[in-house]
Amino acid sequence: MNTIANRLLGGKEGTLGLVLLAALILIVLPLGLDVFRLNLAGKYLTYAFVAVSLVLLWGNGGILSLGQGIFFGLGGYAMAMFMKLEASDPVATAIQTTPGIPDFMDWNQLTEIPLFWIPFESLTLTIIAVLTVPALFAYIIGYAMFKRRVGGVYFAIITQAIALILTILIVGQQGYTGGVNGITDLKTVLGWDTRTDSAKYVLYYLNAVLLFGVIFLSRYILTSKFGMILLAMRDKEERVRFSGYDVSNYKIFVFCLAAMISAIGGAMFTLQVGFMSASFIGIVPSIEMVIFCAVGGRASLIGAIYGTLLVNYGKTFFSETYPELWLFLMGGLFIAVVMFFPDGLAGIYNKYKHKFTLLTKFIGSDTDADAKATEIKGVKA
Amino acid sequence: MSSLVSMTNGFVLAIEDLTVSFDGFKAVDALNMYIDQNELRVVIGPNGAGKTTVLDLICGKTKSTSGTIKFMDKELTDMAEHEIVRAGVGRKFQTPSIYENLTVDQNLEISYPRGRNVFKSLTFKRTEEVDAQVKKIAAEIMLTDFLGMEAALLSHGQKQWLEIGMLLMQDPKLLMLDEPVAGMSAKERDDTADLLRKISANRSVLVIEHDMEFVKKIADKVTVLHQGKILAEGSMEKVQADEKVIEVYLGH
Repeated sequence: MNTIANRLLGGKEGTLGLVLLAALILIVLPLGLDVFRLNLAGKYLTYAFVAVSLVLLWGNGGILSLGQGIFFGLGGYAMAMFMKLEASDPVATAIQTTPGIPDFMDWNQLTEIPLFWIPFESLTLTIIAVLTVPALFAYIIGYAMFKRRVGGVYFAIITQAIALILTILIVGQQGYTGGVNGITDLKTVLGWDTRTDSAKYVLYYLNAVLLFGVIFLSRYILTSKFGMILLAMRDKEERVRFSGYDVSNYKIFVFCLAAMISAIGGAMFTLQVGFMSASFIGIVPSIEMVIFCAVGGRASLIGAIYGTLLVNYGKTFFSETYPELWLFLMGGLFIAVVMFFPDGLAGIYNKYKHKFTLLTKFIGSDTDADAKATEIKGVKA
Repeated sequence: MSSLVSMTNGFVLAIEDLTVSFDGFKAVDALNMYIDQNELRVVIGPNGAGKTTVLDLICGKTKSTSGTIKFMDKELTDMAEHEIVRAGVGRKFQTPSIYENLTVDQNLEISYPRGRNVFKSLTFKRTEEVDAQVKKIAAEIMLTDFLGMEAALLSHGQKQWLEIGMLLMQDPKLLMLDEPVAGMSAKERDDTADLLRKISANRSVLVIEHDMEFVKKIADKVTVLHQGKILAEGSMEKVQADEKVIEVYLGH
């Protein structure tokens, strides 16, 4: 048991990284920001789920998905469908032609709730859907691609195409999905108003706890034999195959897991922001999420979270002050990361960490544990 | 030899009428080859003779056009690569194919034939048994002192040994090595010859090699391939005296 705890904490260095991140997310941000800004931080941290999923999939497994928005969106839509049904009780929608159905359905001449919406009347089924529907979708894509040994850039392009197709489908099927506006006016979960200040704090902390849960889960996986095989696959896929492993199964599993993690982020986004639309599924958001991960360091779980926060704060700051500059800066940032810091923030940290370790020596050190924790390359921070 | 031979068993590997054609070009043409238990067979031949293709066909990397490959009474031609490995066939590639970003120890551990499916790999524990096996193989391939080192930092010869060690971890019944001494020093060649002799004590080994001195040292029997067909087969002396072999390969 002790060794499992050590694996999750990642030795002294990993624990320190985790403590610093926890202090930032759980204490510094809530104390330092007003409710509006904290809600914004909460929104960014929902993207961090996707960035973490990309650390598993891309940083460790070498599988670049440019369509993680698909799964973020599916999770978000599942939660939005539940909240929309709750917001559409017959009293609140009395002025509609057909009271008791979501407003956009009424505008599109639907007279009853479509069959696939029915399960989303239940919160339990909704949570199950958030976790399973994106994973199932990922399984289908993964099975079709990886069993045929489609990989690398071809896989990335196909995920882009699927993200685009899904966006078009959602926008086109207005009566069933809310179209380009998305699903809006979300108010309550089982009668609990999610728009109040106190609810925003609760949701922020729920999001933070889930995020740490995902980090622990990811660390468990990356420090297991599975994690080692992921790294081996990234390096020499053929050798793994000729060591008796069915490589495609490993890829499918990590792709499904990444989808599930992204979907949790999507559901938390809907809860905190109060709407979901197809603009979070398409090509642009999917690529942005890859940039968050790349800036943080694609092999570092904690780095990916800092990367997400940093890029999003940059985005907010610049689009508030110099809106026309942001897209250029974002492009420049991505080029700079690829050319000068291929391992992102985590890479910079690892390069200069001996200076940090000099400091920590005074606090007392246990280099053995450090060495163990960094044994598997890529799970450093 | 007739195809009846394989019926009598005893062979670890029986290849019969094996053909593979790439857009009409027959890289391997109606090949028949039989390998005994604990035999160390060397395949030689000029470039383009189809040597590597034969290994590719056996390990499933390339699919045959026609013919059969029987390995201990299992038909390999319709099995997936990982299934062939699990059946007991190990393959070393021409250029060292190891995980450069993992340590020597991890390279060996990953090759241990347990915890191979996804869910078992999540709960796989490195037991004393695994540990002992890693240490034993590391000693055999002369890398005991390098266990903690990142594999990328090994010398070329050591990388070749590491890959052989990774195969030994799987304890295959048939080990196939594609040019195992390419790029090695004279001393390393001698050590590798000893290693292969030791390895073949309880398994069959199929080696592709160009270095004739090395072949003489290790081979029980030599097969000469030319244009996808067998030109000659037998002891090294017999093959070296064969006029056709001298003409197409060994030179006058």
